[in-house]
Amino acid sequence: MTDVKTTTEPLLSIRDLRTYFHMGSVTARSVDGVSFDVGAGETVGIVGESGCGKSVTALSILRLIQPPGRIEPGSVIAFEGKDLVTLGDEEIRNVRGNRISMIFQEPMSALNPVFTVGDQVAEVARIHAGVSRKEAWNRAVEALSLTGIPAPGDRAKQYPHQLSGGMRQRVLIAMALMMKPALVIADEPTTALDVTIQAQILDLLVGLQKQFGTSILMITHDLGVIAETTSRVIVMYAGEIVEQAAVDELFAKPHHPYTEGLMFAMPHIGRDQERLNVIPGTVPAPTAWPVGCRFRERCPYSWDLCEREHPPLYQIGAGHISRCHLAIEPERRNHPHPPLVVQEGAAA
Amino acid sequence: MIDTSAPLLSVRNLKKSFPIKKGVFGRQVGAVQAVNDVSFDVAPGETLGIVGESGGGKTTAGRAILRLIEPTSGSIKFEGRDVCALDTRGLRAIRREMQIIFQDPVSSLNPRMTIGAIIREGLIIHKLAQGAAADARVKQLLEEVGLRKEYATRYPHEFSGGQRQRIGVARALSVEPKLIICDEPVSALDVSVQAQVINLLQDLQRERNLTYMFIAHDLSVVEHIANRVAVMYLGKIVELATSEDLYREPLMPYTQALLSAVPVADPAARKERIILQGDVPSPANPPSGCVFHPRCHHPAKDEACSRIVPPLEEKAPGHLAACIKQPPTIVSWEQQQQAGGVRPPERYLPIAAVH
Repeated sequence: MTDVKTTTEPLLSIRDLRTYFHMGSVTARSVDGVSFDVGAGETVGIVGESGCGKSVTALSILRLIQPPGRIEPGSVIAFEGKDLVTLGDEEIRNVRGNRISMIFQEPMSALNPVFTVGDQVAEVARIHAGVSRKEAWNRAVEALSLTGIPAPGDRAKQYPHQLSGGMRQRVLIAMALMMKPALVIADEPTTALDVTIQAQILDLLVGLQKQFGTSILMITHDLGVIAETTSRVIVMYAGEIVEQAAVDELFAKPHHPYTEGLMFAMPHIGRDQERLNVIPGTVPAPTAWPVGCRFRERCPYSWDLCEREHPPLYQIGAGHISRCHLAIEPERRNHPHPPLVVQEGAAA
Repeated sequence: MIDTSAPLLSVRNLKKSFPIKKGVFGRQVGAVQAVNDVSFDVAPGETLGIVGESGGGKTTAGRAILRLIEPTSGSIKFEGRDVCALDTRGLRAIRREMQIIFQDPVSSLNPRMTIGAIIREGLIIHKLAQGAAADARVKQLLEEVGLRKEYATRYPHEFSGGQRQRIGVARALSVEPKLIICDEPVSALDVSVQAQVINLLQDLQRERNLTYMFIAHDLSVVEHIANRVAVMYLGKIVELATSEDLYREPLMPYTQALLSAVPVADPAARKERIILQGDVPSPANPPSGCVFHPRCHHPAKDEACSRIVPPLEEKAPGHLAACIKQPPTIVSWEQQQQAGGVRPPERYLPIAAVH
């Protein structure tokens, strides 16, 4: 899992993706110039907090952005020789659920309450493989059994409300894997689940990925899930990629101050710490990203360059990039200062 | 400062069951034992963590202590006063001393009230301050939780999740309580904001010698903040120990599985884990004997586990666990054999559970 696969032609190649929401006089630049690749059979993680643009990136890949949102002209999402941005409606429907499928966070709202789960899984095969009702049902039961649902034949006849959260998530995984897609986008697939059920589902996803060689784009806020499932990690902040590296490298040598801050803000079992490190302030609004470095005001190392110049993605090491000027003045890391933003909670 | 001479809160044999009704006449056909015979003490100045998965009963236990839901039976003593015996007036008085902070900072603040009015309400109800004195107190409270005093005139929707949770803290503090029940106070927040709120709660505890009951499903947050931790499963406390002992040496197999399931944010530390089979059984129809036995991985598990209800007993000084297969136990080997037991108790601590 830890080796980064290098294929000559990536399965998915995103270049300068910009997804903006035009709301009257203001524009929210939710995804603002994102570029990355996912190789065949690779598991790539995108980590970041609410509002960083990770979910909008996922929805953009499947063209599920609704007005007033729009993928801006010039954005490229190359997948299996096609540009998904310019694909016709009919063609994109053939990609969705067939070549690329998605697992959502909330399994209850992703399932239709008035159909049995078997019908809903079978529908995928009927639409994309054009098979008969009976054949589709058989395939659905087979897919359900693959996800470890006990007595799949009986479970298939039940309705979503009759299943537990973990079972519903297995149903969604069965739907997502039905057509043996090349890429599965998992958007916080275990966030709504209890920790022992989360362990079951992550175990299942990793196992199925090994079995079928599916690529996975794992979107999560949880660095633990990232560390346990992915081989390469993308850190997003304020609509941009701020760091990208192989998983071992990222955790051993985080470069961007935001990545570093996230890692120290998390309590770790077995680590004795009197106080948690805090990233002061909050994420800026997507309608008004700060000029220069977008993390500048919350950063303990920022200097005048950070205000003047929006940092590019610097090459830090092999396959490791970081959007931080510390790359050119690394000695500044030894001299942290209080961040510019007023620290809420510092009073009292 | 934890004062262990007399508990602030003492809960004994607390039970709460919800009836299951069916048909047009609402005939009762069963009951969900949400909290099933739970006993514990909380010392002044202490933080007791309560962990477990959905359906474990931790939220119900927290609310039953405040009588936000009426307990079915059991006793709750706060500073020696019997909470269950209080009338409406007495209950109102005691709630000044026991406050709660909710998980969802959106739905727990009235959207039509200003922040100032929300925090002021408690002061007025409990006749702690009024008029200009109340206004001054509101401003002071806002500053104590790290918000600007000008925020008093704004409405909840103008704030971020972390700020709303600070408002919830200010509201709880307004009446100067001794005990605050924190029900998943940080689980709706982002990691960086979560750390801010946890630090705030710890600072306030130190300054005001507050006592916390900290209910959460996130085991690493609880380890960080709690002095002692109770693990709940299907309405029962299955293990209770100091935070240090529980995370270093979990004895109840459920706690072991829970700890091993936590994803570790360190790819170099990837480890084997105990993957529990199946889901949490329905609390309407809990398994016989030990409620965890159908999913248990203890190598000595046998027929006796499905027949004998394991007592929550001391396995080491101050370390309670409910498992008849982890020695020492007051359920003798003879008794276990009579109940169909074939494997004698033996100490079991898998590597995967140790952090």
